[in-house]
Amino acid sequence: MKPIVEIKNVSKMYKLGGGSARKAENFRELLERAVSAPFRTLAGRKQNAPKVQLGTFWALRGVSFDINQGDVIGIIGRNGAGKSTMLKVLSRITSPTEGSAILRGRLASLLEVGTGFHPELTGRENIFLNGAILGMRKTEISARFDEIVAFAEIEKFLDTPVKYYSSGMYVRLAFAVAAHLDPEILVVDEVLAVGDLSFQKKCLGKMSEVSRGGRTVLFVSHNMAAIENLCTRAVVLHQGKLTFDGTPKEAIQYYLNSLSIQRGTGHLVELDGVGDRRSFFAPLLKQLEFLTEDDQPMTEGLPLGARLKVKVHFDLPHLTTNFNIGLGFNNGYGHRIFTANTLFEPNRWEKERVGPQVLTCEIPSFTLTPGDYSVKVWMDLTGTEADAIEDAAQITVLDSDFYGTGKMPWNGAMVLKHNWSLEELADGGNLAGQGADRVQTTGA
Amino acid sequence: MSTTFELTIRPRKGWQAIDFKEIYLYRELLAFLVWRDIKIRYRQTLLGGLWAILQPFITMLVFTFVFNRMAGVKSDGPPYPLFAYAGLAPWTFFSTSITQSSNSLISNQQLVSKVYFPRIFIPLGAIGALLLDLVLSLSLFGGMMVYYHWRLTWAILWLPVFLMAALLAASGAGLILSALNVSFRDVKYAVPFMVQIGLFLTPVIYPARYLSQRGQILMGLNPMAGVVIGFRHALLGSPASWGVMGLSLGVSVLIFGCGLLIFRRLENKFADII
Repeated sequence: MKPIVEIKNVSKMYKLGGGSARKAENFRELLERAVSAPFRTLAGRKQNAPKVQLGTFWALRGVSFDINQGDVIGIIGRNGAGKSTMLKVLSRITSPTEGSAILRGRLASLLEVGTGFHPELTGRENIFLNGAILGMRKTEISARFDEIVAFAEIEKFLDTPVKYYSSGMYVRLAFAVAAHLDPEILVVDEVLAVGDLSFQKKCLGKMSEVSRGGRTVLFVSHNMAAIENLCTRAVVLHQGKLTFDGTPKEAIQYYLNSLSIQRGTGHLVELDGVGDRRSFFAPLLKQLEFLTEDDQPMTEGLPLGARLKVKVHFDLPHLTTNFNIGLGFNNGYGHRIFTANTLFEPNRWEKERVGPQVLTCEIPSFTLTPGDYSVKVWMDLTGTEADAIEDAAQITVLDSDFYGTGKMPWNGAMVLKHNWSLEELADGGNLAGQGADRVQTTGA
Repeated sequence: MSTTFELTIRPRKGWQAIDFKEIYLYRELLAFLVWRDIKIRYRQTLLGGLWAILQPFITMLVFTFVFNRMAGVKSDGPPYPLFAYAGLAPWTFFSTSITQSSNSLISNQQLVSKVYFPRIFIPLGAIGALLLDLVLSLSLFGGMMVYYHWRLTWAILWLPVFLMAALLAASGAGLILSALNVSFRDVKYAVPFMVQIGLFLTPVIYPARYLSQRGQILMGLNPMAGVVIGFRHALLGSPASWGVMGLSLGVSVLIFGCGLLIFRRLENKFADII
């Protein structure tokens, strides 16, 4: 049997902001450009705003793979790897620049929850409208109407305009409609990131039910656990290229490894050529230096709760006070755990500066749970991002006797100093016994 | 089940044929979009659908006072209020249509960038919903005919033809303007201005016979000129200038055809640049 989807050498190019590569957005800009062109060469580049970096950007580059009927494929990759673009091409929202794809079944896509919902319309009306937008026929919607309402748990509010819904109800209704689509191929973008936890579980349950019914599903998520549980196969995209195709477990492993391979290691990281860099102005960020207690270089890793100093070496291209530097710490699943930003610094520098600078960020006690963290560093100039490097470096937080009890914390995203106190209740036997039990269980 | 269905996604460049089969497949969605626009148009208004009648009616009163009483503009037979209203009804439909449809893609950005269906439905849906307003305002016209004891003639049978012409002209212009509006937001500012000037270039306030023979032919290039003259012919039995009407009708069809092609050509980029 022929594969239900054949993707052949698909590429997608986008044009990036400003300059000759892009068409003018309005006549005024066209005029402005025409008028200023002769002066620009005279003035040189000094006064230019930071939106100079131009040209083209390949969101997808020669991606090929086949999907067989009944496959549940996870697509993983970091932000900007081309995952969403792939889904948009398959959904025909945007057309590929090169290559082709053959679909041998009706495809429905869910790139966003509640597309086309209108706040003024009631729940009932929106079910029909949204269903039609997602490609259902009126008879299909009518046939599943009760099921949709029951799944969304909104019976009482069916005839209330959705603008009066709580955000939870809104998301539930929107997902309920989408979950009752009956296409041969279902394409789902990171839509499960919304909604409360119990509803997310329900949606994941519905999705695995769908896939057991022999449906073909393409699924983009940063939730590695969902990929591992739901998918039968996974592909990894990296900078628009397909770099891995295999079982979900292997793919996730490959993806997580690929993140750490490129990261800088050691206490001194030259930012030239590490990580995933996007310079909108110029490569202004030069070096990261990691120090711990007494300004000792951080070599092996950082004991939990120890002092962390990060020195960022960078260049200022012109005299300014208006710049910010940020540091982001992501865990192994790509979730941001902590962000440090000069934006939050109360004692801002007043003097205008230019040229090489060093900013030091000091975190007196670094309390993310032991494990590996990927560090992102970025720099804003006059309010816009000028230079940014994802996965610039990796730091390892080591076990330490943080609580001074010899017991190591092992789960959660972070540790915090905290105290427990125990009181005996005056009236008695039974209750006091239970209280004591509770303290024991939490302490274990 | 999936053996019969096969669709190939390819790069799209340049002019494309119009996919009528797909439009037919999705026809229910067009009905839903029209229904949505009708539903939400007058939500949370006190007067609701009355607005569809009030706008041309009050404009008619003002025109009668200013142009007929003060400036001495005469109709081509029927009482001036009937004359003005018969022109204002299709003109209001046309001007509201192009105003709303030209903004329709921008105000439905989410639909354009997150889901696929024939994009053409977005501007067409906005116009379809306005047909209801036109029907409502024509029903008021019926009342006015009774008030002025003005008789219907067999010419009323022409009305569907001119309704169609108005719909084609509005759709064609709406398609072109909405597609251009995606890359050039200037359209947003140009349209109200065009509508204002269009009112004077179309024989809404004055009868076509105020113009010279050559002037009338030039006016025929304005698709709405024929529609307005045609509406008056159909509703009031006013003299028909078939030459002007035929020319306008031809221009309407041409604009609609161009609208379809231009929209099809530009729609490819909508999701990337909107």
